Amino acid sequence: MSEAKYTSYRNNKFGFLPFCPGCGHTVLINALDKALIRLQLDPKKIVIVTDIGCIGLADRYFSTNAFHGLHGRSITYGCGLKLARPDLNVIVLQGDGGCGIGGAHLLNVSRRNIGIKLLVANNLNYGMTGGQHSVTTPAGGKTSSTPLGNLEAPMDLCATATAAGAPWVYRGTVFDQDLPEVIARAISQPGFAMLDIWELCTAYYSHRNKLKRQDMFDIIDRNHFKRGLIADNPRPEFSALYREQSQNNKELLKIKPTIKTKFTNTLNEKKEIIISGSAGQKIRSAATMFALASMYSGLEVTQKDDYPITVMTGHSISELVVSPEPINYNAIESPNYILLISEEGLKVSRSRIEKLPENCKLLADSSLKLPETRASVFTFPFLKTARKINRFSVGIVALAVLIRYSEIFPLEALEKTITTHQSPQIADINIQALEAGAKLY
Amino acid sequence: MGREFLEGNEAITRGALAAKCDFFAGYPITPASSILHYMMEFISLNDGIAIQAEDEIASMGFCIAAAMAGRKVMTATSGPGISLYSENIGLAVIGETPMVIVNVQRQGPATGSATKGAEGDIQFIRWVTSGGLPVIALSPANLVEAYQLTYIAFNMAEKYRTPVFLLTNKDLAVTRESVDLTRVELPRLIQRKKYKSDQEFLPHHFDHPAEVPLMSDIGAEHIVRFTTSTHDKSGYLTNNPQLIQEMLRHYHAKIVENTDKLALVKTDLEPGAETLIISYGIVSKSVAVAVKQARSSRMKVSSLVLQTLWPVPVNHIKSAMNGIKKVLVPEMNLGQYIYEIERLVPRDVLVVGINKMDTTLISPEMILKEGGLV
Repeated sequence: MSEAKYTSYRNNKFGFLPFCPGCGHTVLINALDKALIRLQLDPKKIVIVTDIGCIGLADRYFSTNAFHGLHGRSITYGCGLKLARPDLNVIVLQGDGGCGIGGAHLLNVSRRNIGIKLLVANNLNYGMTGGQHSVTTPAGGKTSSTPLGNLEAPMDLCATATAAGAPWVYRGTVFDQDLPEVIARAISQPGFAMLDIWELCTAYYSHRNKLKRQDMFDIIDRNHFKRGLIADNPRPEFSALYREQSQNNKELLKIKPTIKTKFTNTLNEKKEIIISGSAGQKIRSAATMFALASMYSGLEVTQKDDYPITVMTGHSISELVVSPEPINYNAIESPNYILLISEEGLKVSRSRIEKLPENCKLLADSSLKLPETRASVFTFPFLKTARKINRFSVGIVALAVLIRYSEIFPLEALEKTITTHQSPQIADINIQALEAGAKLY
Repeated sequence: MGREFLEGNEAITRGALAAKCDFFAGYPITPASSILHYMMEFISLNDGIAIQAEDEIASMGFCIAAAMAGRKVMTATSGPGISLYSENIGLAVIGETPMVIVNVQRQGPATGSATKGAEGDIQFIRWVTSGGLPVIALSPANLVEAYQLTYIAFNMAEKYRTPVFLLTNKDLAVTRESVDLTRVELPRLIQRKKYKSDQEFLPHHFDHPAEVPLMSDIGAEHIVRFTTSTHDKSGYLTNNPQLIQEMLRHYHAKIVENTDKLALVKTDLEPGAETLIISYGIVSKSVAVAVKQARSSRMKVSSLVLQTLWPVPVNHIKSAMNGIKKVLVPEMNLGQYIYEIERLVPRDVLVVGINKMDTTLISPEMILKEGGLV
């Protein structure tokens, strides 16, 4: 090691480590320094991410980059750094408290396999806040928040991470002579690595529970927790995998065609149109075809859809506003046309239909029993016509009728939209629907 | 000329990509989810990374760290997600992290109506995190502004080293409109200013409180320190009241002293008008229609549309008050921004809130009727 470029990764600006006499954190920090010296990594390429708690004091004692964040979230910062800069060595120092509050992050980093290294300073309780119990406090353990002794079962962090898919998991203690070497092995893993390091908290836990070194090993064994290397199942690291796949995706990206005016329209003012049907009738898709056809005819258009959260059942309503001028307020209050296609569409629109003014044209399926309305009502066999082609084409059948009736723009505009913007298979069905619809009026 | 049929969420992603956004993390939530979908699909155009996080807290954690490592980052959610972002927003403030946070507002509180529009998060965004330090928030009224303001939000985030909010509404987010974004003018792109010297880097160095510290990306030229704790200019924890006060004044000053530079407003003032409508977001579309109708029936009315909500464009609001006797403040909530207006208008000016929080848009007719413009 005489030619080593880096002889220490410690920052001595703040003097000795601030931990209580006998605290395991001091051993852990010194072991981490030794591990880094062994690996000779560029300090600019190392980030020590620390959680909240006593171990969170550690980062300023290192001369590397430091990221000290919120309690329980240090895994998320580590992952953000690694995703942004895969060349970084990201070492997360977190206590057993952080593993509890940030449990979801521990599970997900294990599952995703983002190549950060998590060193858990596991001293079986919350030291900084006064010795409360944590997710790893042994059953029966005395803490400031377990006056009855701990009634909760401790979490096996290593088994949990392993079950969630962590590729490299190791349980050690601050009493292990080879701790620096084990930390160096963890840092050298290509993917996510977790090292659970058991310690004594001399201020609280070990003091209250008369816990000595051997008692700690006994607790590990009594709980049937494994020691040493627990998982070693390498698999591709997420950020590397992402970059590879992302390059492939970039070449396949389809940029949507823009729309140029090819047809004329007859509008002097805006028209409001409602298409009211059921989920599964492709109402939204048909409305979009009409909207694009309006654009091919030089109009401005907006489309607003309404449907229940469970998209496959219930009503499906599309509101279209078409106008020769830019559209500002686009909520429909006085529709010019309503296309009524199904019972569910009628049910949701019933109160609106009852209040319609005389100038509204209601184009409804012949099978529907309509309420009293002042609107002009026209009925057509939309559903029956569509069923002969494909029941999903009913929206296009109805819109073809509307185009013939309203003469807003030529039917050819809708035909062009369908053939340009839909897959050949669907376009074939919808062109048949368009032709059949056009014959109804 | 390149007309397209886009929804607001898509316009936001276009703005982000134009601003060279190359990192996105988000968690699914109606009505913001399609921003996640579009970013997942298109961020490879900027050689970036987009990831669906395990929750909103992780979304923010990923983004803050990636931003400090040199990425241009964005996240998007709705009101319930902002609640979970709260603590990390504080971290982005104290750590001076450039990032864009999109809040596609939906009807709250709590789960509320997931698929219905609202603008109930206006004051929530301002006071979203412990400490009450100022933030920047922009609110677009339409697709073109959604595109423009997202891009500008990135510029502001980089320039002022701070989280910038983009406040939209379900009704803008998932309504599709015909639009030509190729005709929209964007300002010059601003990239963060970086520390170039080979001397020790101070992550929060400033000479004057309103000055924005230079950055150095984690993993690049310098050793960088970032911390959630009260710290000095070098990024080391401090408990010294004088140093803490100095940093807190700085976070405050860099936003507040730049209020005029951050103010984006659209004015449509009519000489002789005694009524002024102050609006923001999607409601200003209804205001435009109402103003046109009022003027066509020979009523004099002025309109001030705020694109910057925070910091409050104080001087722009005050200077629109000339000759005004009545101010109308239509909002899709029970009255939030009206408090900012009330404290700024002269005493003899009447301020009238026009409010609705039933998930539907405020109509031009409602503004005309309740505003006494009929």
